[in-house]
Amino acid sequence: MLKYCLKKAGQVAIVMLLISFFSFAIIDLAPGDISSMYITEDMTEEEKAIVIEKLGLDKSMPEQYLAWLGEALKGNFGVSLSYKTPVMPMLTKRLPSTILLMGTSLAVSLALSIPLGLIAGYKKNTWIDNAISGFAYFGMSIPSFYFGMLMIILFTATLHLLPSSGMHSVGVNTPIDTLMHMIMPVMTMALSSMASKVRYVRANTIGQLSEEYVLAAKAKGTSPVKILFKHVLKNTLLPIITIVGMNMASLVCGSFIIESVFGWPGIGSFAMEAIGKRDYTIIMAYIMLSGFILVMGNFVADILYSFADPRIKRGIDVANGK
Amino acid sequence: MENNLVLNEKSFQRMEKKQKDLGVVYHRSIWKDVKKEIKSNPMAVFACIFLAVIIIACLLAPLSPYDPNKLDIANKFLAPSLQHPFGTDEYGRDYFTRALYGGRVSLLVGFSAMFVTICIGTTIGIFSGYIGGKLDMLLMRFTDIFLALPSMLLMVVLNSFLKPGMTTLILVLSLFSWASVARITRAETMSLKERDYVIASKNLGASSVLIAVKHILPNILGPVIVAASLGVASAILTESSLSFLGLGISIPHASWGSMLQGAQSYILDKPMMAVYPGLLILLTVLSFNILGDVLRSALEPKIVK
Repeated sequence: MLKYCLKKAGQVAIVMLLISFFSFAIIDLAPGDISSMYITEDMTEEEKAIVIEKLGLDKSMPEQYLAWLGEALKGNFGVSLSYKTPVMPMLTKRLPSTILLMGTSLAVSLALSIPLGLIAGYKKNTWIDNAISGFAYFGMSIPSFYFGMLMIILFTATLHLLPSSGMHSVGVNTPIDTLMHMIMPVMTMALSSMASKVRYVRANTIGQLSEEYVLAAKAKGTSPVKILFKHVLKNTLLPIITIVGMNMASLVCGSFIIESVFGWPGIGSFAMEAIGKRDYTIIMAYIMLSGFILVMGNFVADILYSFADPRIKRGIDVANGK
Repeated sequence: MENNLVLNEKSFQRMEKKQKDLGVVYHRSIWKDVKKEIKSNPMAVFACIFLAVIIIACLLAPLSPYDPNKLDIANKFLAPSLQHPFGTDEYGRDYFTRALYGGRVSLLVGFSAMFVTICIGTTIGIFSGYIGGKLDMLLMRFTDIFLALPSMLLMVVLNSFLKPGMTTLILVLSLFSWASVARITRAETMSLKERDYVIASKNLGASSVLIAVKHILPNILGPVIVAASLGVASAILTESSLSFLGLGISIPHASWGSMLQGAQSYILDKPMMAVYPGLLILLTVLSFNILGDVLRSALEPKIVK
């Protein structure tokens, strides 16, 4: 078991290294000279040389990468080119609002998709199932930013119920106000990640309902609701762990797009701004941070899954010759 | 005396009551299966019709009397009318014509990205599955890593630093989606290469390339077609997200995603500008997704219960 964890942790490290190398290479190969942001016309040749040396641009790309990597491992992601302040505090200041958004939408999507999937599976091929499956198709096919825009059109432009952007109204700082601002982005994010979960739970429920323990429970006279939520639910929940881990990708990338649509002051919209300014230190730090959230999500899901399902754990132990 | 009686070996055998065949023989091709499945599902019929209409409309876009990129400030923000079914945008361009030209870009990017994805994925999948051994292990590690990468993030970074344009977009999209196709085709190839007919043709002296192209490829077409249909859907969706972020097609050309980006600034007072292109994306992607699922139940009956 420990060996399995270590192997998975090794994979995490490899993927993180690759992500960082890829992004660094792309930024390095990109047209445009980073030093031009620091060098002004009235500098002497010597001063220019000093600036270039300070930025590390006189070295080759692998050397630059290693230098960056060494600093990054110590938690130092350098100084932003456009703000001239260290990158990390700026990102960590914005991180809580992104995590608030991501966490809430994850919770909402789980709370909605599991019952929906169970009911759709139980009422297989009826109009209820068709409606729920149709809804899942809809969520799968709609671009999240478009759904966000439709929400803004409906709730802000037409009904004047919810604010369209930001996290607080000017001068107001109450939880209710933040909640009002959160409703639309959370719903938008939840919808796109709900689709796959509903379909998965539905398929799983159909599979579980044909098992013999369901028949036994039915024969004993257990009510359908009890069968569904007490017996079937437990068995469909296991794969949900993996799905949630995989959903981290759509959450991280979703937050990136949805924060731009709703002007949410998180790390996603901050990074978008940095991309516009070609501020490569911020971009690198953002990629590493969100890549880390994503890869760790998968890692934790894998580990949890093997703990939750003894069959998998046994399989691993057998593979290791125990 | 003439007799039409024809004698053969069978004539001297004992007469037996003819037994009815118990097993019904199916002579069905892939396409017949697909047709039957589509016909039985009204949603799928709708999806096919919608896709046909949208593809033909986009191909016929040059018939429109308007130039999609010509500015006409005098006629900006016209309401929908007979001359302009979708109205006009902030520069007075006919929105319907722009949507058709945008559809050309979106569909072209979707189909090309799918094609490149399928080509790379199938080649690597068959290669890896057929040859096996160390090479297989190496290629699959590589594929696993590609599957684990946060693709959308890297796509955004790639697109913001590379020269924007259609070719870049297609290549970037397929770079991050071939891995799952390779996974599927590898698994199929592994099970096919143990079949008797493959072993037979190998013993008859067929080269590996011939076996892969002539015997394995046609038999893994089912899953590949399904992956292709779902691949177009996801490519169009991703393209629209990238274009929406301003990292896709460059101005003045439009795709559905970049039209939405333009509409975002006027969303509070001209909401219809945002509704049309998004609706087109939604319906197109929805149709491809439905088609993909229908194809799956037609072509992979083992998997679907």
